[in-house]
Amino acid sequence: MNRKLFSRNTGQILSSEITPESIYKQRRQFMQAALSVAALPVLGYSSVLAAAPEYDIPTDLPRYAGPDWMKQKIAGAAHNAAFSVKEKTAPYYHAITHNNFYEFGTDKRDPARYAKSFKTDPWQVEISGAVAKPGVYNLEDILAPHALEDRIYRLRCVEAWSMVIPWLGFPLADLIKRFEPTSKAKFVQFQTILDKEQMSEQRSSFGTIDWPYVEGLRIDEAMNPLTLMAVGMYGNALPPQNGAPLRLVVPWKYGFKSIKSIVRIHFSETMPETSWNITAPDEYGFYANVNPAVDHPRWSQATERRLPATLLSPNIIDTLPFNGYADQVAHLYKGMDLNRLF
Amino acid sequence: MFAASRKRLARWWILFLSLLLPLLWLVKDLLTNNLGADPAQYLVSQLGYWALICLWISLAVTPLRRLFGWGWLIQHRRMFGLYAFFYASLHLLAFATFLAGWRLDILLREVTERPYVIVGVLAFILLLSLAVTSTKKMQRRLGRRWQQLHYLIYPASILIIIHFIWQIRSDYAEQLFFSILLALMLGYRLYIKRRS
Repeated sequence: MNRKLFSRNTGQILSSEITPESIYKQRRQFMQAALSVAALPVLGYSSVLAAAPEYDIPTDLPRYAGPDWMKQKIAGAAHNAAFSVKEKTAPYYHAITHNNFYEFGTDKRDPARYAKSFKTDPWQVEISGAVAKPGVYNLEDILAPHALEDRIYRLRCVEAWSMVIPWLGFPLADLIKRFEPTSKAKFVQFQTILDKEQMSEQRSSFGTIDWPYVEGLRIDEAMNPLTLMAVGMYGNALPPQNGAPLRLVVPWKYGFKSIKSIVRIHFSETMPETSWNITAPDEYGFYANVNPAVDHPRWSQATERRLPATLLSPNIIDTLPFNGYADQVAHLYKGMDLNRLF
Repeated sequence: MFAASRKRLARWWILFLSLLLPLLWLVKDLLTNNLGADPAQYLVSQLGYWALICLWISLAVTPLRRLFGWGWLIQHRRMFGLYAFFYASLHLLAFATFLAGWRLDILLREVTERPYVIVGVLAFILLLSLAVTSTKKMQRRLGRRWQQLHYLIYPASILIIIHFIWQIRSDYAEQLFFSILLALMLGYRLYIKRRS
């Protein structure tokens, strides 16, 4: 069933019509930014939200624009410096050719090869479970009230490599508030599309993952301002191999938590199942916070290789607790034994 | 006699160059900057993969010779084995250089704590002992014990398949394929031994 997100027929003011806090804050920041730009020659002041930087995308590489409404959204995106790391971003080429998106194959290059014709428009997302406004929504309506931000995050894969990626997205918290979770909404589960026609690995007889891929967050993790719903990267729409058209980005957790091509967001009272935890519970926990002190049973997590690396410089760096985002998220896990709840 | 040895030489070169191709391919990818964002990982896994394939080829010699009468294969078995050792050496060298950056703390940690690395290192030690005793001179010097020593190829192959299986994340099609091949090749030898 396809239901429009915002009904204009009722006399009441829907809570969804009230500008969410982050939006008006952004508007305020935008005004400040505009003012600061005007004042720049005098004060040399730099703002929180600034124009999105131009990322270098070689002309021979595919770039994605998405449908018209997405283009407009992307054109209005602003850079959020407060939520960006100052590290060098990975070249676009490597970000779109080194992917773990097992639905399209398990080799790092497979997604770039086999997701080329993946259909990401039209796209619908089902919101279900413990919310006041469940339903199936068009992606356009999901995005409608949210302004996009350009945020540069570290991405740390559980396989001990990492990249720095500029995402375009909006805080998941803002999205969640619109659907008015009830007091029973303690967890959020996300689900990737199940489409055996388009996703070869979902047809494989030799995989251990029970498709569709599912991931989850505790509600306070989901509401953390770092948690991003991304629709783009490098100033463009998401390439299919990077999880178009809508994906999660949780920068303080291992990459597999940042589920791609989301078709369902479900709110529940109990901890949801997550794909890698079902597949190998002793290796992948529900939380999967980046933690150099807790090794994966088969390999170490103390260091990582920042990609792209070259043969002459393996670019090995120490992995940081919570992937360097401890200040923003460590409080979420106060009193928890993170050795056990890995 | 002359024609036979020329044929043998031609075969030797064809096999020698064929098994060198994977390395040349990797070098080509390296020179054209086509190893991807994580060249170290790609190089290491490809070298390991070809070490396994060469070892499996050397293990296939006996069954193929017996089943299809390809007696000439035995003349090249040493080459297959040495190629397996060659790719395994490069695999290990690439691991230490490009993945661990010769950082002793990382190497020590990997070799002592990672079960699949330990198994791989053990397999390499076995291959090393076979490679250094692979010459005709050593064969003569060791006599009967040479054959016994070279039975180590069987435990080595089992360690290598464990090393490979231990790295399965989700899809196990390749591991299953090579395990079945190994089971057939080792099973065939047991069958022959029982029958005789």
